[in-house]
Amino acid sequence: MDNLSTPSRSTIYDSSKQRNSAIEELRSIFQYRDLIFQLIRRDLVTRYKRSVLGILWTMLNPLGTMLILSVVFSQLFNMRGTYPAFIITNLIAWNFFSQTTVASLNAMLWGSSLFQRIYLPRTSFVVSAIGTGVVNTLLAMVPLVFIYWVTRSPLHATILFLPVSLFLLAAFSLGVSLILSTFVAFFPDVAEMYPIILTAWMYLTPIIYPEELLANIFNGWLLRLNPLFPVIKVFRIVIFDGKVPTLTEWGMAAGIALGTLLIGWIFFTQNSKSFAYHV
Amino acid sequence: MSNLLPEPQKDTAIFLSNISVRYRLPNEKVATLKEYMIRLIQGKVRYNSFMALNDVHLVVKKGEIFGILGRNGAGKSTMLKVISRVLTPTQGRVWINGAVSPLLELGAGFHNELTGMENILLNATLLGHNRKEIKQKIPEILEFADIGDFIEAPLRTYSSGMIARLGFSVATAWRPDILILDEVLSVGDAAFTQKCTERMRSFRESGATVLLVSHSIDTVRSLCQRALLLEHGNILEIGSASEVSEKYAHLIFGK
Repeated sequence: MDNLSTPSRSTIYDSSKQRNSAIEELRSIFQYRDLIFQLIRRDLVTRYKRSVLGILWTMLNPLGTMLILSVVFSQLFNMRGTYPAFIITNLIAWNFFSQTTVASLNAMLWGSSLFQRIYLPRTSFVVSAIGTGVVNTLLAMVPLVFIYWVTRSPLHATILFLPVSLFLLAAFSLGVSLILSTFVAFFPDVAEMYPIILTAWMYLTPIIYPEELLANIFNGWLLRLNPLFPVIKVFRIVIFDGKVPTLTEWGMAAGIALGTLLIGWIFFTQNSKSFAYHV
Repeated sequence: MSNLLPEPQKDTAIFLSNISVRYRLPNEKVATLKEYMIRLIQGKVRYNSFMALNDVHLVVKKGEIFGILGRNGAGKSTMLKVISRVLTPTQGRVWINGAVSPLLELGAGFHNELTGMENILLNATLLGHNRKEIKQKIPEILEFADIGDFIEAPLRTYSSGMIARLGFSVATAWRPDILILDEVLSVGDAAFTQKCTERMRSFRESGATVLLVSHSIDTVRSLCQRALLLEHGNILEIGSASEVSEKYAHLIFGK
C-alpha cells in the first residue's frame, strides 16, 4: 500500500541518562515548538471563529471596559483628559496577566487527560497560553492607538521599548502560571479560587487609579509587596508616561519577572513527573 | 528472574529494569486544597501505598510482537504508560529505542470548532511531529481517512466514523518503531477495520516492534511470539506466547 517512511527522530530514551528536569523540559519544549504554534493557532481560531465580530472582540473588550471606567472614575481621580488613555494602557497590561494565568489553569485541566495518554512537554499548554496572550495584546494596540488619538494624548517614541516591557510581563505571567498550574494539577479547586484572588489583586494594583493613591497608605507597603506592580509599571511608563524607565525601574521589573519565571519553571518541572499519578 | 540484566543491546527495543510504580492513594479522597490544608493541620493526611508495578524487568527485541496479558487492574496500563513515557516510574530504569506510537484513543485532542485539516495539524504536532514532516504526509493522511470535501468543514459536522478514521489516519501516518495496541481497533465499519488491519500488518512487516495488550487469549496466541502475564503488578510468567496463554487460562478459569 502506501510507502511508510521511518520517523525522523530515531532516538534512544534512557531514564538513567536524564539530567536536570528543568533543562530537559527546556529542550523538549524547543523540540515541540510546532505544537506551541498549533496550540496558539487553535486558541485564536476557536475564539473568533463563531462570533460575528470575530477578532474585533479583542479590541472592543478593553474599549468597553475603558469607557465604563472613564465615565465612573475620571472625576474621582482628577485626571480628566488623560484618564481614558491611562486606563486603557493599564488595562491591556492587566488583561494580559489575568487572561494568560486563567487560560493556563484551564489548559492544564483540559490537558490532564492528554497527559495520561501521550508524552508531551508538560509546559506546552502554559507556554502556548502565554503566546496567545502576546498575540492578543498586540491586537489590542489598535484600540489603544485609537484612544490616544481621540483623546489627543501624545504617543511618544518610548513606545519602541514596548517589546521589552511586554517580554517582562510575559515572563512574569509565565512564572506565575507555572506555579499556579502545579497547584491545579494536584488540587483542581485552585482554579475556582483563583478568580477571587485575581479580583483582589486587581484592586490592590494601581490599574484603574494612579499609584500615588497607594503611596500614602501603609507607607506604600502595598506597592512594595506587590510583585506585579513594578512589571506593569514599566509597561505604563513607556506608553502612557512617554518616558524611558530608570535603571532602577527596569532592574526591579526584570529582577522580579525573570526571578518569578525561574522559580516557576523549576517548581513546575520538579513536580510535573508526579502529575500523572494524580488521576 | 535475575536482577543482573545486561545492558540494552543493539537489537533491543524496550528495556525495563527494576521498574516499580507506587501510587499513593489517600485514605479518603482529598481533592480540594481547602480539605487538604485542614487535614494537614489535623495531621490526618494518610496514604495507602499501592504497587501498580513491583520490580519489573522486561527486554523486548526489535521487530518482536509481544503480548501482555493480565486481568483488570493487574498493571497492564501502567506498564504501557511507563513505556510511552506518560508515567515516570517511582523507581527503576526505562530505556526505549525509537519512537513510540501511543495510538491515542482515536480523536483525543481533537477540537470541534476546528476543521478537519486544522485538526490534522494539531493532532500530528501533539504526537510530536514537526511542520515539515506533517506537510509531506498530508496527502496520504487525506487519502487514508477518505473524508472528501468535509476536510475543510468544522469537526462538529463529522460523523463519529469520520472522526475515528481521521484520528487513526493521523496516528498511523508515521511508522513508529514501537507500536502499542491497546484493543482500539474495534471502531469503524468493516471496510475500515480491514484497512486498519492491513496497516498493522505492514507495520509489522517493516520491522516495527508491537506491544499487544489484550484480554483475548486467542489473539495473543495467534499473533505474538512471546508474551508476559501480569498479576498484582508482578510478572507471573514470561516466555513463549502459547505457554503464557496457557498459564493465563489457568489463572482465570482455574483449570
